[in-house]
Amino acid sequence: MAVTTADVAAVKASRVDQRHRTGAARWGVLAGAVVVAVVMLVPFAIMLLNAFKSPGDYSQNGPLSWPQALYFEGVQNFWTRTDFPQKLWNSFLISGVVAVAGTLLSLLNAYAIGVGRIKGRLWVVTVFLLATMLPQEALIYPLFTMAQEVGLSNSPWSVIIIFTVIQSAFGTYLLASVLGTFPPALLEAAALDGAGRWTVLWKVVFPIVRPTLSVLMIFFFIWTWNEFFIPLVMLTTNDTQTVPVALASLQGDRMMDAPTTNAGALISLLPALIFFLIFQRTLTRGVTAGSVK
Amino acid sequence: MTSETLEARADAATAAPARRRRRTPHWVPYLPYLVPGLIGFVAVIGIPFVMNVWYSLHKWKGGLAPMTFIGVENYANLLHDEQFWTSFRNSVSMIVAMVLVPTLIGLVLAAVLFDYLGKKFGSRTAAVLRATYYLPQILPVAVAGVLWNWILNAQTGAVNEFLRSIGVTNPPNWLGDPATAMPSVMLVLVWVQIGYPVVIFMSALQRVDPELYEAAELDGANWWRRFRAITIPQIRPETFVVVLTCTVAALKVFGPIYVLTRGGPEGSTLVPSYYSYLNFFDKSKVGYGAAISNVLTLVILVVAVVILVAQSRSERKEREGV
Repeated sequence: MAVTTADVAAVKASRVDQRHRTGAARWGVLAGAVVVAVVMLVPFAIMLLNAFKSPGDYSQNGPLSWPQALYFEGVQNFWTRTDFPQKLWNSFLISGVVAVAGTLLSLLNAYAIGVGRIKGRLWVVTVFLLATMLPQEALIYPLFTMAQEVGLSNSPWSVIIIFTVIQSAFGTYLLASVLGTFPPALLEAAALDGAGRWTVLWKVVFPIVRPTLSVLMIFFFIWTWNEFFIPLVMLTTNDTQTVPVALASLQGDRMMDAPTTNAGALISLLPALIFFLIFQRTLTRGVTAGSVK
Repeated sequence: MTSETLEARADAATAAPARRRRRTPHWVPYLPYLVPGLIGFVAVIGIPFVMNVWYSLHKWKGGLAPMTFIGVENYANLLHDEQFWTSFRNSVSMIVAMVLVPTLIGLVLAAVLFDYLGKKFGSRTAAVLRATYYLPQILPVAVAGVLWNWILNAQTGAVNEFLRSIGVTNPPNWLGDPATAMPSVMLVLVWVQIGYPVVIFMSALQRVDPELYEAAELDGANWWRRFRAITIPQIRPETFVVVLTCTVAALKVFGPIYVLTRGGPEGSTLVPSYYSYLNFFDKSKVGYGAAISNVLTLVILVVAVVILVAQSRSERKEREGV
């Protein structure tokens, strides 16, 4: 087909026109997206401004002023009042053990379902998937009673056992679909070499799905760290509480003035933030690795 | 994404090993690997769930108090319980705040970041904006709730201190007034929730063939038409995943309500999970609390099944249509 010069000119003109229009519009769109980002950040900014501001300064100059002098008593108050290092340790112990044990349990389940292709596996996966949707309220009272019967009431281990199973229900669902596409050639080669199932799991399957497992582990850690309801019910005394429960249970307390509340919120969210920043790279890498598979 | 791969796998699985299985029950030696998981599942989810159903058929104050079997009386009472109905009506508001609004805004934000700002200003700009939107998602929701509870506090909160400083004499009691409590809670939940769809949708857009956009652009389709004709249909699987997970989360929501309003004032923000918690541990009506949680379970499962069926239908229609 012949292309007339008029056509070319028209196309060029419209291109130029478009570029010109989008040139102005793109700054508007960027401004809109930035405004949304600022709105998302405002509560954090307010928290930072008021975490280090004395109560007098706050009532005089309001929430938006720069602190007149750095005031650390809010942090100190919260830190000593909650015995924060202990809460940190409780949260860390629970989340850490759940992350490792939950991933291990997911791997074992998924190995039987995805690689072993056991009979009725679709049912097993469906039941696990439905279990992830159950409201925790439908399990809590029996779990509470059972924990008392086996002597685990107010023990971090009750929470660890519960979350290991709950997280692994999701993990099994996810990993089973990953292992279901595991290259059979690798498995057959290993079998020809005389490797047993246990050896195949750790020498062949494990190294290959390790990126997915590390993502799962990080998710389990963050999710368990952020959990609220089950720790609130199961951990009944001060010395066993996790970080979010400790902060929430101080609400309405008389010592919780503006700086203490903000300082408390700040140091309670810092571990989650730090953890996320450290592992953000692993997460992105692992997610892509998982999707390629 | 996961549901898609799972289904693809299931198709392949039913086709391939059916042949192999007939020769030897190949799968039997793998059963021991499932044992620890099954024991845990039965102990932590199976037995408690059955026990909870059993409790719901009783009048019981909990602990060592006597249990009286009353059949379905708890469920019958629920039907006349105004607070019970209120709690489920409030679940609709939770779905608006945690599913509808975040998904719609998330779709637009993800498309703008990926398809427009990412191309005009570089992917770093898009990545930074995405991380900012996602920030509230990584902190414990109870911590976010405590922070917002203070920000919205009538006397000492940041919002009202600010309003008073600019001359508003009688600023609203955001979380303490039945008229403003629910909208305030919803606003907080939108803030918490919005990053999740943005991140999921942006990763979904990465697998859309860029040539589709280029072809549409050459055809003179503007951004809005490309958004409607390419972006939305292409990331439909992820939209279903987001809608499903967020709806389930909205029906289950507990932490934000606990730290923001405790269901008040006057039950204006009462939700089913908090209502059952109240009955379990505050009113010592264990059987009644169990009944509420079982109804909630049923509602969640029905809603989940409806969404999953809608998803498989839309997938089938798409396969037939193309």
